[in-house]
Amino acid sequence: MNSANAPLVIVGAGHAGGRAALTLRAEGYSGRLILIGDESHPPYERPPLSKGLLQGTIDLAGYSLCDSTRLAELEIEHLAGNPVKSLDPQQHRLQLADGSWLTYARLLLATGGRSRRLSSLPEHLGNVLYLRTHDEALALRASLRPGARLVIIGGGFIGLEVAATARALGCTVTLLEAGPRLAGRVLPERLSSVLLELHRSQGVDVRLNVVIEAVQGNACVEAVQLVDGELLPCDLVVVGIGMQPNIELAAAAGIEVGQGIRVDAQLRTSAPDIFAAGDVCEFQLHPQGVFQRQETWRNAETQGHHAALNLLGGEQPFEVIPGFWSDQYDWGLQIVGVISNAEPTAIRATAEGGFLLFYLDAEQRLLGACGWGQGNSIAKEIKLCERLIAHPNPLSLDALADAGVPLKQLLRS
Amino acid sequence: MTDQWIDVCAVGEINEEDVIRFDHGQHTYAVYRSADSEFFATAGLCTHESIHLADGLVMEHVIECPKHNGRFDYRSGKALGAPVCVNLKTYPVRVEAGRVLLAITV
Repeated sequence: MNSANAPLVIVGAGHAGGRAALTLRAEGYSGRLILIGDESHPPYERPPLSKGLLQGTIDLAGYSLCDSTRLAELEIEHLAGNPVKSLDPQQHRLQLADGSWLTYARLLLATGGRSRRLSSLPEHLGNVLYLRTHDEALALRASLRPGARLVIIGGGFIGLEVAATARALGCTVTLLEAGPRLAGRVLPERLSSVLLELHRSQGVDVRLNVVIEAVQGNACVEAVQLVDGELLPCDLVVVGIGMQPNIELAAAAGIEVGQGIRVDAQLRTSAPDIFAAGDVCEFQLHPQGVFQRQETWRNAETQGHHAALNLLGGEQPFEVIPGFWSDQYDWGLQIVGVISNAEPTAIRATAEGGFLLFYLDAEQRLLGACGWGQGNSIAKEIKLCERLIAHPNPLSLDALADAGVPLKQLLRS
Repeated sequence: MTDQWIDVCAVGEINEEDVIRFDHGQHTYAVYRSADSEFFATAGLCTHESIHLADGLVMEHVIECPKHNGRFDYRSGKALGAPVCVNLKTYPVRVEAGRVLLAITV
């Protein structure tokens, strides 16, 4: 078979893969299109899994990119339950678990990741849950009954959002974090502090710098034991200690990998006609930048879209201002651009105890910003910050710190 | 089925090139004032994941959703690209004696 006339194939039917498939059709690609995923559901967005789905305010249809009827209308062949076993980049083909081979013209790897497992917890324990997929979220929802004693291992976004939701559902929550502060890998100190204060005020027993010694229980975890001997009795353990990118398929095929599948500015891997996007994709924000992965909604959305354009022959580099958010209780945080470990260059107080942190370069141009506020109240300012980052002009520190100066005015001055 | 005009707010309660949320009965609306002080109204929730649009940013004639950056032309309700694909419903607005009024069908 001549691979030039072969289908476009996307491996990974999550947000990035799904967005790529929909974009290919929206851009007019009318050839055969195959979307291969592990899950039986149509592609969906993951942020509601730790919030709205657990609380029952949104269901799968509410956060799916489209439903199966729409996939069929668009003639996107969704293969589930027959995962890819191996890639053969030289022959432009891949082998499925059932042994059949599929030739592709071009291939997108959007294989995402899986929850990092806590090796000290035996896998057979019935009440240890992880959260990455819709089905895992449903299992968690069924366990979050009022009065349930929950121990959360990991003070990153999954752990924190589950803690907030579990409190709203009436659970007792203890949250264990190995590091000295919450979400310390990605958040500035000040946001870690307000999160700690918020969770404690909402009744979460947050423990920092914690080392787990062992768990007690045979079929289920009955208590988590800390190294200082303290026992934390529990009905349920949720582990949120990060994601492991699914790079094995690419690595076994000789495609260059680091912490993810490495791509160039056009999202091309080291193998011909194979692209990567989403959580698994390791890319540079700038030509001289470090390789990094971005496990965010925005990255899945924009990279999936961009990869589709380049699968169709586009040559544009992937250039994006990164960003993410988290919602906990009635509060929201949003981050845009690149923030450093250094202190923010300027701080603006906003309504109702919120704030904005600005990170500027030596020429006083905005590189990144963080916002904290009630609900989505900080979103407007963060969007304006994104535009200030995109059109870098030197900014007045006094104006940034002054809540009386609209950011829109700085954008247009 | 007749149009009923509902009082939203005073003209000065919406900044130029901005939006406010307006709740009435079981419904929520987003009411806009353009840079040249024309008024418009759309459904209040984004068609993507039901987020209140009034927390979003208005730039010229575009409202951008606070969460997923879905963009709409608030004059026509037209969705301007992924992740939004369903247009917003729009509602007639008029200004009378310094008040902004919104028409709903009852």
